Amino acid sequence: MTRVVITGMGIYSVIGKNLDEVKDSLYQGKSGIILDPVRKEMGFRSALTGMVERPQLKGILDRRMRIGMAVQGEYAYMATLEALKGAGIEQDFLDQHEVGILYGNDSSAVPVVESVDILREKKDTMMIGSGYIFQSMNSTVSMNLSVIFRLRGINFTIAGACASGSHAIGMGYLMIRQGLQDIIICGGAQEINPESTASFDALNAFSIRESEPTKASRPFDRDRDGLVPSGGAATVILESYDSAVKRGATILGEVMGYGFSSNGEHISLPNVEGPRRAMQMALKDSDMDAGEMDYINAHATSTLAGDSTEAQAIDDVFGKTKPLVSSTKSMTGHEMWMGGASEVIYSTLMMQNSFVAANINFDNPDEVTGRLNIARTTIHAEINAFLSNSFGFGGTNSALVFRKFSR
Amino acid sequence: MNILMQNEEIITKINQLLIEEIEIDEEQIRHEADLKKDLGIDSLDFVDLFVIIENHFGFKMKAEEMTDVKTLQDFYSYVIKRVNPN
Repeated sequence: MTRVVITGMGIYSVIGKNLDEVKDSLYQGKSGIILDPVRKEMGFRSALTGMVERPQLKGILDRRMRIGMAVQGEYAYMATLEALKGAGIEQDFLDQHEVGILYGNDSSAVPVVESVDILREKKDTMMIGSGYIFQSMNSTVSMNLSVIFRLRGINFTIAGACASGSHAIGMGYLMIRQGLQDIIICGGAQEINPESTASFDALNAFSIRESEPTKASRPFDRDRDGLVPSGGAATVILESYDSAVKRGATILGEVMGYGFSSNGEHISLPNVEGPRRAMQMALKDSDMDAGEMDYINAHATSTLAGDSTEAQAIDDVFGKTKPLVSSTKSMTGHEMWMGGASEVIYSTLMMQNSFVAANINFDNPDEVTGRLNIARTTIHAEINAFLSNSFGFGGTNSALVFRKFSR
Repeated sequence: MNILMQNEEIITKINQLLIEEIEIDEEQIRHEADLKKDLGIDSLDFVDLFVIIENHFGFKMKAEEMTDVKTLQDFYSYVIKRVNPN
């Protein structure tokens, strides 16, 4: 089987708009959560959200490339530019090789709302214009980026709820390992706007600690009261080892294993068994032991049930070796369709810079989360291998294992 | 919109919309310019022109009326005829 390595990363997130900014935020334990007054006026139960400014692409991309892109596509364009640059891949290379894209995305609410609003007002579909159809499909990110970068390989979107970005990397890894592609642009994107989160807010799943936005996302903490929605985009360039060597690319890490499972139970309530099986499968696929994992980037979103069941699952698999655990969602909020990809980048940045980012706001454990070795502060530590969890509605689970590259 | 516009005023407005909304390079705006070959206006841009023209001139363009519209002059003439039918 072909070895699969990471040769590029790019990030556009609420804790930084490039790798350097994000690395600093992770190290400093900086939160990207704010209170959005617009959501309060609209009738949200919780107006808390991660926030990042919209990229200004006028003058960078022509009109046709811009008007088909929803905001998460714009985030993804910025992240992909950084990732390709880091990988040393220029347009000439893309034109001459079969490079693919597998991107995680599971909604595009605003263009749907706006186009139907126009129709209701004008009573004429011709007044909707040409851009909304390409913005409103779930595949908006992969379809736009594949055209902008003139990609010629595999091209589709992975929609797996809050594990979309993780499954996208997992699927890219499988395709390269099978020898079907040499390079795939993988990642995840998540729109930030009230339209996409209103129906989620209706589930009483969001934190209402509105008086302290930066303390609202507190995964594993005893006093957690819900998640904080967030967004952005993260791109990882996956490449076969042979291709990376041939290009003389810098190898940032190696994808060792992918585990997946479905809970087969409730649409929104998590369980212990599904995530446990995904982690065990990822370890088996990587041919590594639990004891070799130096760090677990938990899915933990700051909900009562989710953090508790994941803590139990992690304890079941890693209880004897107790690796450091943190949820970077304590800083970023829940990046949903993006999170599985961004958290691979956050963890790889930690691996490159020998630290484990703090699980900020973890003041007191509860009965279950107290069993884990959670990083309360930034910890200087060598990370040779890590596992990253991502779970989603419908009981979809994904676990990915990475390690430092060595020949 | 129901106030009759002078032809020159219509042409100026169309040029402004093409530059600002469709982002056509101002230097390319010539009466004899072919909409597709010279200005790069494709079928999707025409969909947006439908919206732009209705919003600014108050009438609905019809695809079947556009078959003979090849150049910018043809387009000016079409819009002028629709705005000032007499």
